[in-house]
Amino acid sequence: MNLLVRLRPWAFIALLLVAWHVAISRQSNHLLPDPLAVGGAFVELAQRGLLFKYIVASLFRVTWGFLLAAVTAIPLGLAIGWFRRAEMALNPLIQIFRPISPLAWIPISILWFGVGDVAAIFLIFLASFLPLTLTAMNAVGSIPAVYINAGRNFGLSTAGIVWRVLYPAVVPQLIIGLRITLGIAWLVVVAAEMIAVNSGLGFLIVDARNAGNRYDLVVAGMVMIGLIGLLLDVGMRSFEKIRSLRWGYSED
Amino acid sequence: MSQTTAPPTARAVKTKLRAEGISMIFRRDGKETSVLDSVDLDVYDGEFICLLGPSGCGKSTLLNSIAGFLAPTSGKVTIDGEPVTGPDPRRIFVFQERGVFPWLTVEGNIAFGLFKLPQEERARRIAYYVKLVGLQGFEKAYPQELSGGMKQRLEVARALAVNPDMLFLDEPFGALDSITRLIMRGELLRIWEAEKKTIIFVTHDIEEAVQLADRVVVMSARPAKIQQIVEIDIPHPRDISSPRYLELRDGIFEQIGLAHKV
Repeated sequence: MNLLVRLRPWAFIALLLVAWHVAISRQSNHLLPDPLAVGGAFVELAQRGLLFKYIVASLFRVTWGFLLAAVTAIPLGLAIGWFRRAEMALNPLIQIFRPISPLAWIPISILWFGVGDVAAIFLIFLASFLPLTLTAMNAVGSIPAVYINAGRNFGLSTAGIVWRVLYPAVVPQLIIGLRITLGIAWLVVVAAEMIAVNSGLGFLIVDARNAGNRYDLVVAGMVMIGLIGLLLDVGMRSFEKIRSLRWGYSED
Repeated sequence: MSQTTAPPTARAVKTKLRAEGISMIFRRDGKETSVLDSVDLDVYDGEFICLLGPSGCGKSTLLNSIAGFLAPTSGKVTIDGEPVTGPDPRRIFVFQERGVFPWLTVEGNIAFGLFKLPQEERARRIAYYVKLVGLQGFEKAYPQELSGGMKQRLEVARALAVNPDMLFLDEPFGALDSITRLIMRGELLRIWEAEKKTIIFVTHDIEEAVQLADRVVVMSARPAKIQQIVEIDIPHPRDISSPRYLELRDGIFEQIGLAHKV
């Protein structure tokens, strides 16, 4: 029974693949490559050594951009959230920057850093920075006053309150924010690679189309992006199962 | 100092806390709300005091200013002759069970205030207070795995572990069901008798106040003043159907202006 429930999503995917295959085989003007051709494209990419190379290139950019944003935006957001006045002063600025899509920064990032890894990393950094800052700000703002008061009551210094009360109180929300932001960063890396660099999964998609309408490679790139996005999300979700963090996610 | 009455019990002789002319005015959107109106109160060493009043009357505000979390608009609080300028580990405030840290286990919560102690002493105190509040077997459990009453006992244990000389309890049993509340009152009295702390306990429950306190401080509606201080001269354990208990309880009901009928 349990096994059946677990297999259900996979069975559904298999069913869709079959439907996809049947649909493509029944019409002549190929609007989409069929699943076998996409499978063949994976084999071809692997044999040419491009699959692994492009995945690593994309993950490399996401990792750097995301980590740089995390180590700067989280402390900044925590500090802004802690000092109410800073929040009031900075909020309008944040709200102006927020609706600007990270993709709108592509021309400027190329102007500043040229075509290459740095431009792509910069775009991912930008895409991650504001969401993480806002997550950290809100997380601090939602700490119940009783925790801070209890910390003060037991004679903790300011550093002690930050380390022993503020930090553990915000971790569950930060993890949710990091998970959502990593999803955004993964969306942006593909777009950035279409324009600012010449490697990676985003580049694969644009290049396959430009260099001879190889739509089997295009779809293979799309599938790969989806699978890696899924794995990143599963990886981040696993933090939410840590026993000392579970309080932040329970519904009761 | 009209509120100062003679020490109510033989063991309480020394004044522990003195609040003089405590007034509190909150300003919000240009409006001023007077919450406390020159409250004077003396609390004796080892005494169990209940602050009793209707919800929102300002009794929690009084407790918060006594504990040093809020500075009163005027007046001063001294404890052992020293003015109160902020919260202090010698006097621990117990919130409703919401105050336990959900990211720490039972042991971690009790150890929270013990960071200055050597490892062995810390372990000894954790074991002692886990036993005192009856949480043996739950040392490694997280608060969300505990019931409301257990969380409340955990918070009391965390407070007692730092060996404070005063405890401030703000409607600590307010969120518990009535059976658990009765049990918790008995537990608190047992702990109070074992540990000899001075306790100020805020409640809006008349029965609770008469069951627990040496003296019940009856407060008026906002702005809160002390209406009357009722000495409960019944030894523990109290028979809650004795004539004296009913007399004192009904006296407070009348004082608050509630006819003793539902």
